[in-house]
Amino acid sequence: MRRGRPESLTGWLSVSWPTLMLCVFFVVPFTIMAAISFFHRVEGGFYEPGFELANYARFFTFFFGRILGFSLFVSGLAAVVCITLGFPFTYMLTRLRRRRQVVWLVFLLSVLSLSEVIIGFSWSMLLSRTAGVSNLFVALGLMDKPVSWSPGFAALMLGLCYLAFPYTVLMLYPPMSRLDPQLPEAARTLGASPLRTFFTVIVPAQRGAIVATLIMVFVFTLGAYLLPQLLGRPQHWTLSVMITDQAILQSNLPFAAAMAIFLMLVSLALVGLTYVIGGERDRS
Amino acid sequence: MSARLFRPLFMGLVGLVMAMPLLILAGVSLNAKKRLFFPPDGISLRWYGELFSDTGWLNAVKNSLMIAGLSGLVALSVALPLAWFLWRYNVRYARVLFGLGVSPFILPPVITALGFLSFWATVGMYGQFTAVVISHGIFFVTLPLVTISLGLESIEAEVVEAAETLGARGTTMFRTIVLPLVRPYIISGYAFAFVLSLNEYIVAYMVAGFTVETLPIKIFNSLRYGYTPVMAVVAVLFVLLAMLVFGLLARFGDLPRLLGAWTPEDR
Repeated sequence: MRRGRPESLTGWLSVSWPTLMLCVFFVVPFTIMAAISFFHRVEGGFYEPGFELANYARFFTFFFGRILGFSLFVSGLAAVVCITLGFPFTYMLTRLRRRRQVVWLVFLLSVLSLSEVIIGFSWSMLLSRTAGVSNLFVALGLMDKPVSWSPGFAALMLGLCYLAFPYTVLMLYPPMSRLDPQLPEAARTLGASPLRTFFTVIVPAQRGAIVATLIMVFVFTLGAYLLPQLLGRPQHWTLSVMITDQAILQSNLPFAAAMAIFLMLVSLALVGLTYVIGGERDRS
Repeated sequence: MSARLFRPLFMGLVGLVMAMPLLILAGVSLNAKKRLFFPPDGISLRWYGELFSDTGWLNAVKNSLMIAGLSGLVALSVALPLAWFLWRYNVRYARVLFGLGVSPFILPPVITALGFLSFWATVGMYGQFTAVVISHGIFFVTLPLVTISLGLESIEAEVVEAAETLGARGTTMFRTIVLPLVRPYIISGYAFAFVLSLNEYIVAYMVAGFTVETLPIKIFNSLRYGYTPVMAVVAVLFVLLAMLVFGLLARFGDLPRLLGAWTPEDR
């Protein structure tokens, strides 16, 4: 249906409202934030206009480097875990009958819409000594006495994977559902085992989708803000926690803005990478 | 044989782990005592009763519902004309706008939230209800934008050509052909934005965390400064609401297609 340019003014008028809204409430905020990142912070109060790189210079401290390194590490690990579990899961999901698929999708969407607060709270309960799953293991005779697993690194990891898993599956769902069912069938006819078919036919056919999803899940978990506070210890706080902490509690908006700009550039570079990969996939 | 056994086992296990937080929430909300211990002390509906007598919690529920309802409309008002324009004309500028519209969803939300904070503080509307509504409206514009675009793509070219032959142009075409055909996609875009806005924390917190208490903010505050099982009650109710909304979408619409899958006929 796409063709030509609007021949009348009403055509252009229709797009004026979206333009106005997105410019005023999206482009302008980012511009202001970018400007603030160069502003001078007034100790104990607000900030004043100026141009200095002091906020960016703080990136080169050991403290910041450690937080950045940790953030990238947890997000990377969570993304790998999510893909490792989510890829076979999505494959099985698309093989189900349509009715069953829809039930799973409603369930996944409901879990996806869970707020980070609720996820953090319920997992800290589940991992607690008083009411957690370890009590169940004791009752089943698998463990001697109930233990507390939260807060800690493993608890944080579990929470992040729980947060990102429905997102992973829903990202992989469209490319996987478009996979030609004759492809695995052919492999099976030629005598490949289901496992072999999966690793030699399905995985290579979806390589591009896997890499793109990996990056998107990585960026998604980078934004987790409450889970590190609810399930982790202070040494597990990530860049997102730092940004909010600086902005709201330390009222150091310039430094928070500088970190946000930095995080944005990292995310955009990564997302750009998925487009490059996608483009190459289309050409090949 | 082992493969046939492996699939239900694996999917069942994943489903169980996904459901565990929901089960413990239900447990906390139905527990007779304030603290949940293993084994539980008995079942009672007292926390459900408490929700409806506590103005603080009811107020948070009301705030969240109103913000979600209104911000969904803001998102639609931006997404519908933009998606239509993008579908109707071949203009590079529209694709740039589309990119802008989907970026809040691609970037980590903290960044967008901080952008909103800087903006509302600068224009002097920090902490206001309207600021949260508009921020959520922009933040979730991606969802109706994507679903409506999908809907427009599914309109057959013959229908449009027939309408043009009969003399329908511009607004007439939009009103009589396009709008009725994409209505299900508009409704589902709104529903997605609504449910996600109900549960959104970081943008609401950054824009008006200390003045407009939404439900996720209230839950977090309750976790930190005065735990009460009422938070589990509202969490359970919101999960049920989400399931209801998505269930209705699946009942009356094509959920796999809305999520980007191809139906077998497309192959």
